[in-house]
Amino acid sequence: MQISVTVNGVVQERDVDPRTLLVHFLREELDLTGTKIGCDTSQCGACTVHLDGKALKSCTLLAAQADGTNVTTIEGLALDGEHHPMQTAFWENHGLQCGYCTPGMIMATTAFVEDNPGASEEAIRHNLEGNICRCTGYHNIVKAVKQVADAAAGGD
Amino acid sequence: MSTRIFGSGIKRREDPRLITGEARYTDDIKLPGVLHMAVVRSPYAHANIVSIDSSAAEAMDGVVAVFSGEDVDLAGIPTAWLIPDSDLKTPEHPALAKGKVRYVGDGVAIVLADDRYTAQDAADAVNVEYEELPVVVDPEAAAQEGAPQLFDDVENNIAFRWVMGDKTASDGVFNTADVVVRDKIVQQRLLPTAMEPRSAMAQYNPATQELTLWCTSQNPHIHRFIISAVTGLNENKVRVIAPEVGGGFGSKIPCYPDEALVSWAAIKLGQPVKWTETRSENYQITIHGRDHIQYVEMAASRDGKLLGVRATVYAGMGGYLSTAAPGIPTILHGLLYVGPYMMDSVFCESIGVMTNATPTDAYRGAGRPEATFLLERMVDMVAKRIDMDPAELRRKNLIPAFEDGYEVATTLVYDSGDYPAAFEKALGIAGYDDFRREQAEARADGRYLGIGITAYTEMCGLGPSQVAGAVGFQGGLWESATVRVTPTGKVQALIGASPHGQGSETTLAQIIADELGFPVDDIEVIHGDTTETPMGWGTYGSRTTPVTGAALAKAAQKLKDKARTLAAHLMEANEDDIEYADGSFSVKGSPDQSQSIQDVALMAHLAWNMPEGMDPGFEESQFYDPPNFVYPFGTHIAIVEVDASTGDIELQRYIAVDDCGPQINPEIVAGQIHGGVVQGIAQALCEGVIYDDNGQLLTGTMMDYTMPRADMFPNFELGETVTPSPHHPIGVKGVGETGTIASTPTVYNAVLDALAPFGVEGIDMPMTSAKVWQAIQSAGS
Repeated sequence: MQISVTVNGVVQERDVDPRTLLVHFLREELDLTGTKIGCDTSQCGACTVHLDGKALKSCTLLAAQADGTNVTTIEGLALDGEHHPMQTAFWENHGLQCGYCTPGMIMATTAFVEDNPGASEEAIRHNLEGNICRCTGYHNIVKAVKQVADAAAGGD
Repeated sequence: MSTRIFGSGIKRREDPRLITGEARYTDDIKLPGVLHMAVVRSPYAHANIVSIDSSAAEAMDGVVAVFSGEDVDLAGIPTAWLIPDSDLKTPEHPALAKGKVRYVGDGVAIVLADDRYTAQDAADAVNVEYEELPVVVDPEAAAQEGAPQLFDDVENNIAFRWVMGDKTASDGVFNTADVVVRDKIVQQRLLPTAMEPRSAMAQYNPATQELTLWCTSQNPHIHRFIISAVTGLNENKVRVIAPEVGGGFGSKIPCYPDEALVSWAAIKLGQPVKWTETRSENYQITIHGRDHIQYVEMAASRDGKLLGVRATVYAGMGGYLSTAAPGIPTILHGLLYVGPYMMDSVFCESIGVMTNATPTDAYRGAGRPEATFLLERMVDMVAKRIDMDPAELRRKNLIPAFEDGYEVATTLVYDSGDYPAAFEKALGIAGYDDFRREQAEARADGRYLGIGITAYTEMCGLGPSQVAGAVGFQGGLWESATVRVTPTGKVQALIGASPHGQGSETTLAQIIADELGFPVDDIEVIHGDTTETPMGWGTYGSRTTPVTGAALAKAAQKLKDKARTLAAHLMEANEDDIEYADGSFSVKGSPDQSQSIQDVALMAHLAWNMPEGMDPGFEESQFYDPPNFVYPFGTHIAIVEVDASTGDIELQRYIAVDDCGPQINPEIVAGQIHGGVVQGIAQALCEGVIYDDNGQLLTGTMMDYTMPRADMFPNFELGETVTPSPHHPIGVKGVGETGTIASTPTVYNAVLDALAPFGVEGIDMPMTSAKVWQAIQSAGS
């Protein structure tokens, strides 16, 4: 079937097998391999992207369901060649190790902080329940997100 | 004031590609004309294969070929740790099952198709008829007479029986001791769960007979060796590339059938072949960790002197013996039975048992967490029996500080340690005495707080190759590295190890920067490609910083010596008058005369004006075989509160004081500890594989297997002491596994301490709220 999805600002028109998952569409068809697959059952969040501004697990959605939407992946998060503040915060706070969960973590937490500036550490930890990291023990991820959340609250 | 880059928690050099999604992991790499492989896997844990009908699959559009075990002419997947004096059996492990399957997930056939979806559809369409056989999953049950037999040539499923220590002497200690405590400890199976599932892609060039294999490997040089052996290709015609690798925790050490099968299929079909496991496949076929049933005893005197420990361990090996499997519940386990304590008697009998379950192998800590847990569990039981505070009992028995060698009853010679210092520091951070008061007050209010303490040491930085040989490891355990400086003074450091999340590109660059004065941003650490990098045995056993780091430090020191000689020559000075600081050589008394390391590198490349006998170029290589293991140590403390009405456990504080020698990058060290601690706590509280009696994996997805999540944990409180390793060129010890080794018993003991008023003696891990609640009810009745 024919779909049209705007991905990272570029309109992509493709003929896809109706059963194609959005994550496979992004990775295989558009070669946007920054979005990862970690569990196949929507637990780990490695495949998180923004769909019309909301964080969403791209393994739970068919590409066909994304027809007509606006998708941002990790590759499209940086603005004018500058890292998004969340990317910077993960780097500065050692919020990653193997990096595999990182794109999903960053996509999930950018959307979270946008909706929850000044979020508490407890709220951040609670919100991270849909994203699994095996390396960091979450400690420095929480620190990174808190830094951005605090800045977002202070900046208003 | 120090300007040293060594010891600075700089940002990681790996991260720019990882935070932008630009890093390329194996499954991210594409080749034109690639075929996708799917594996038909056994749904039964033990069965004879009666017939395989692939006609429907072969008829599907896009399917190129289907092969079964009889078609595939690969040599068996080898076991590479042949522990001596154990009557070890190494049953055949074909890449695809021939005639019989031995666990759910055992590969039966492969399908090659144009795309991933078609390959999976076709795999589902292969019709395999099985004749079911009786199943045994429990390793102790499997070792009994009359249990279902997995292999004709492995009697009673016992693959090995390994004994450490003098049984008569041990019996003597236990027969005469004032106090003997005992417990049955079940070290449940765990799923390593690297977030990146395993993946492999092979390409073969028939003209040159060269095979390139991209795969999720912690040790590409070992993969090259094994792929060469199973395919029959010359080793110099096999190139193994571990691109970005998304965590391993031991699960990417072994060579699995899948890597061999994509290689075989790529050669057979003349097209590149790729395979990537799903998470369910990962849980079925990628190695599991732990799986011990331990009968443990500890002897002590009434006044609190620990006298000895002994254990019988049934270690589940699963359906086949994985690459390093026999070494895990033996060499890496029994040798840790003394821990940090003055204890003169140790005895271990470890029985490796084949079971109808996924093969087990090294999982973060590998044998050492299982040893540390049993020790710390026993110490708490002794404390309770003799009515001594568990901190006091540990304090009384810790080995006093030593700087250069301490031989213990297991025959290991610990390199250096100051266990009491780390212990007291941790107790200080926790406020131990205050806590006991608070605990007593809380109990009076019907609130149940508990504290758990683990003092540990462990051996890592694997290890001297002579020892590897003596204990049957079929490889060396040295590392090698080349430091190559370009004419413009930029550095490429090529290493044989293969980091996959540890931050070694940063840490190792800091070592070189510290030795030679190059800015850290001018140093690239290159790894993970057998053609580009020198030989190395891989990244596991907390060995890359200590072993590769030593090789790099020594290579850098050789370059510095060359630079000093050349700088003296260029400045027409006596070499004895050359002073070095921050990457610059100057002549004593003539500070205006100097040569930077970059100047010297250029002149070494130009070679216009070299001292007599000096070769051109600015590059040095170093092989490094460590003279001993390194022994990091520390004390961890957990404080929990248990809700007696629900069994819910709240982890309120976690304190970790670790000593890994001088820290090259404290932020990276902290990250290793955070991650390791969470993995260990998760074993205590939530993770655990469940098989039913038919060998069906009930925890086969992340919906069913409880991974630790952010909201289970407080912020961790870290402390450190610094005791350099005396035998290491820069004194460093490994830190990759300490968190996992120390944290499981810490939290376990804390929960039991909280439940002491109820008389709860033990709870099998993971201590879920249901089990805790049940234990409270049962103890109270």
